[in-house]
Amino acid sequence: MRYEMVVGLETHVELSTNSKIFCSCGGHSAAKEPNDCVCPACCGMPGMLPVMNKRVVELAVTAGLMLNCEISRYTTFDKKNYYYPDLPCSYQITQLNHPICTNGCVTLKTTSGERDIHIKQIHMEEDAGKLVHVGKASYIDFNRTSVPLIEIVTQPDFRSAEEVLVYLNKLKTMFRSGGISECEEGAMRCDVNVSVRPEGSTEFGVRTEIKNMASFESIERAIRYEVQRHIDAIEFETEELVQETRRFDEASGKTFAMRNKETAADYRYFPDANLMPVIIDEEWLEEIKAKMPAAIDEKADYYREAGISEKEIDMLIHNHNAGELLDRVVALGCDAKGAAGWILTDCAGILRKNGKLLGDLELGAKDLAAIIKMVDDGRVNRMSGRKILTAVMETGVDPAAYCRENALDAQADRATVERVIDTVLNENAKALEDYRNGKVKAKQALFGACMKALKNTADTALIRELLDERLSQC
Amino acid sequence: MSDYVVKLSDQGTVAVDDTILVKGVQAAAGSRILEGFRPLFSAEAVTRLEKKGYVVSGKTQVGEFGLDLVGEFSYYADKEEELTGAAAGLVSRGAVKAALGVDLNGAPRRAAALSGVDFLKPTYGTVSRYGVISCAASGEQIGVYAGNVESIGEIMGVIAGHDGKDGTSLREESYDYRTDLAVRGKKVCIVRELLDRADGEVRGRVEAYGEKLRKNGAAVEEVSCDLFETANTAWQILMDAETCNNVSRYDGVKFGHRAAEYKNIDELYVNTRTEGFNFLTKAVILYGSDVLSKGRYEDCYGKSLKVRRVVAERFAELMKDYDAVLAPACGKAAYKAYDIRDAFETVFQESVFTSVPNLTGIPALACGGVQLMGKALNESVLLSLAGSVERAGGSL
Ligand SMILES: [Zn+2]
Repeated sequence: MRYEMVVGLETHVELSTNSKIFCSCGGHSAAKEPNDCVCPACCGMPGMLPVMNKRVVELAVTAGLMLNCEISRYTTFDKKNYYYPDLPCSYQITQLNHPICTNGCVTLKTTSGERDIHIKQIHMEEDAGKLVHVGKASYIDFNRTSVPLIEIVTQPDFRSAEEVLVYLNKLKTMFRSGGISECEEGAMRCDVNVSVRPEGSTEFGVRTEIKNMASFESIERAIRYEVQRHIDAIEFETEELVQETRRFDEASGKTFAMRNKETAADYRYFPDANLMPVIIDEEWLEEIKAKMPAAIDEKADYYREAGISEKEIDMLIHNHNAGELLDRVVALGCDAKGAAGWILTDCAGILRKNGKLLGDLELGAKDLAAIIKMVDDGRVNRMSGRKILTAVMETGVDPAAYCRENALDAQADRATVERVIDTVLNENAKALEDYRNGKVKAKQALFGACMKALKNTADTALIRELLDERLSQC
Repeated sequence: MSDYVVKLSDQGTVAVDDTILVKGVQAAAGSRILEGFRPLFSAEAVTRLEKKGYVVSGKTQVGEFGLDLVGEFSYYADKEEELTGAAAGLVSRGAVKAALGVDLNGAPRRAAALSGVDFLKPTYGTVSRYGVISCAASGEQIGVYAGNVESIGEIMGVIAGHDGKDGTSLREESYDYRTDLAVRGKKVCIVRELLDRADGEVRGRVEAYGEKLRKNGAAVEEVSCDLFETANTAWQILMDAETCNNVSRYDGVKFGHRAAEYKNIDELYVNTRTEGFNFLTKAVILYGSDVLSKGRYEDCYGKSLKVRRVVAERFAELMKDYDAVLAPACGKAAYKAYDIRDAFETVFQESVFTSVPNLTGIPALACGGVQLMGKALNESVLLSLAGSVERAGGSL
């Protein structure tokens, strides 16, 4: 018999906010030492009251809009009770009854065609702290407590491990481009619900849940293992399947049932009376929508039409700074393909030389557009353009002023260039001789000498054209 | 017995109870579980008083987490025969001008009534709860004890007002705590069902107070209203559930008391909490945990939330015809010492007089040994009614 797997996902994503969800502590990424980013509130001391961070609501709504969800206009918080030393209040603030987003849908492009994955809900919640075990002692680091998370719960719509990976990568790309989450290692964690059934059946099989996996690779391995375990159990009666919570063991590649004690808890959810319901009115929703970046698929299609390569599209979508700069430079009238080259080759090269990454890019769109226009209009050559760009990026000078002060835009005319070429050829008899003997490299040396003599004041294309013409006569 | 857990100043003008934080001073809410806990900040109400030049005299004794009748079950106080309440006692002896207390389940109103001083539990959300050792966020509120309504108005004028640190704080521009509104023409009702629950001496007090109000020009009449029993059950359920949740952070891991003997984390929790909480708090934790559990939630907690809405609506309906309700603050004219194993039931019975204001957020004023309840944000009516009686003179 052929079997079909039925998988649903609960994905926890850490939000990129400047402060925690209910207090003003910086996020744990700002922490250097354990318990660097803590205050009486996120340590569970009495007397402190949670105060809602508006930015968390905005990011959760943005995520919901990206996943085509209905946005709740009235959303409330609940307390989930359990005892663990890394949970300072002995309860977690989360959303049970009125989650912020519901009923979404995302379309995946997989090797077997397009698939719709339905989103049941997205809710906001706070993270817990971390236990550190040293020898026989245990220590608690509260830097992570109250760091804002969203949990995205899908319907059991996945039918292959590949679909799960496409979905997770899509979330990652979307959330990065939308400034929702950096999605670094550990900032995305998944619980996976797995069951199998005979192909064509509409009934659901026994469901198991694999908890808390942080890497995509583990998730894929765990699903493959668990699906096979279910099939074996049904087909060969190797064991009896029970609804339970399991964990994935990296080393053995197997899943194991968790102790009943860890899973049988009654969390006694109830409304948090310290937090008033959050009302999302039309005005606020419109404000959030206006700040949203274009949908990624739309954006990629737009880049593709402009003739930008797939590799560059990928870089632009993953680098929020670069993508945004390109959009703004294009809005100022520059050609998209050309501008993409400036950003991804020239800017990236200059950053690299200074030991930085594309993500560190801080360049005004107006400055870059001015430089691109100077080059496109033929006022300065490509090389001078790059020189100006370097100066602007390193010292923040004004491009036009820098160009003027360094006489980069004094364009040499055709006669001047011909005169300089003649002088260069006379002074470099050895190189000329080499060229005649078939050494192609020698031509590059002669070109370089011409550029130097002209001090970058001529169009490089013109130099090349006239040099080729002159050499063919020699 | 000492009235203070920690005494700070002989020149102090205002005492605060041990559930309200003063920076650097042990705050234990009368419980062993918080022994040695020194807060890093002061309650907003304390900060506002200090900014206006009031000096805090010290931290007064309260019953563990304010759950008992009048403060009889504090870990830090000796047993007494006659139960009265520390803050109310200090005010009645004139040792301080006023005191702050947290009204979670009517204890300050009962204490004030027994000592013959005033205590105002203001409208929910008017005084910031920032810096209160919280049990039931949805109904607890800081209030003021004083010897007369003028002093209550003065202190409320300082501590009331919006605070961004408390998400439940109201955003009103200002509040009215005048004490001299005209009493003539005001309508007051006495609820028969509450009167019937009190002993003869208390009934006599309520009737005498009604007579004084009548003399001052108010119309006073008896009505029948069956809300209070149901409201009390609902509030006890909500309060126990919220308290169970809020005290669950006291686990011996981070601060306060920790058991000396434990072999693993579960024993650390169990031994610490067994030693740290008194019998009444344990009963509240068990009851609160039960009403939130699967299978019980809808019938207990869920239903109590609905009752809260219905009581608020029906009380508002009653208050269309009246400006205030005159009622006992407690069922007995005096409390004698009793066994803590009877406390859960005893407090439950006595709270029938005090629960509606905690459940629905309306203001209540203990005065002259009785209690006045009113409409939300209508404190000035209650203060003026009581003021007319106080100014006419003649003690009870
Ligand atoms: Zn904090």
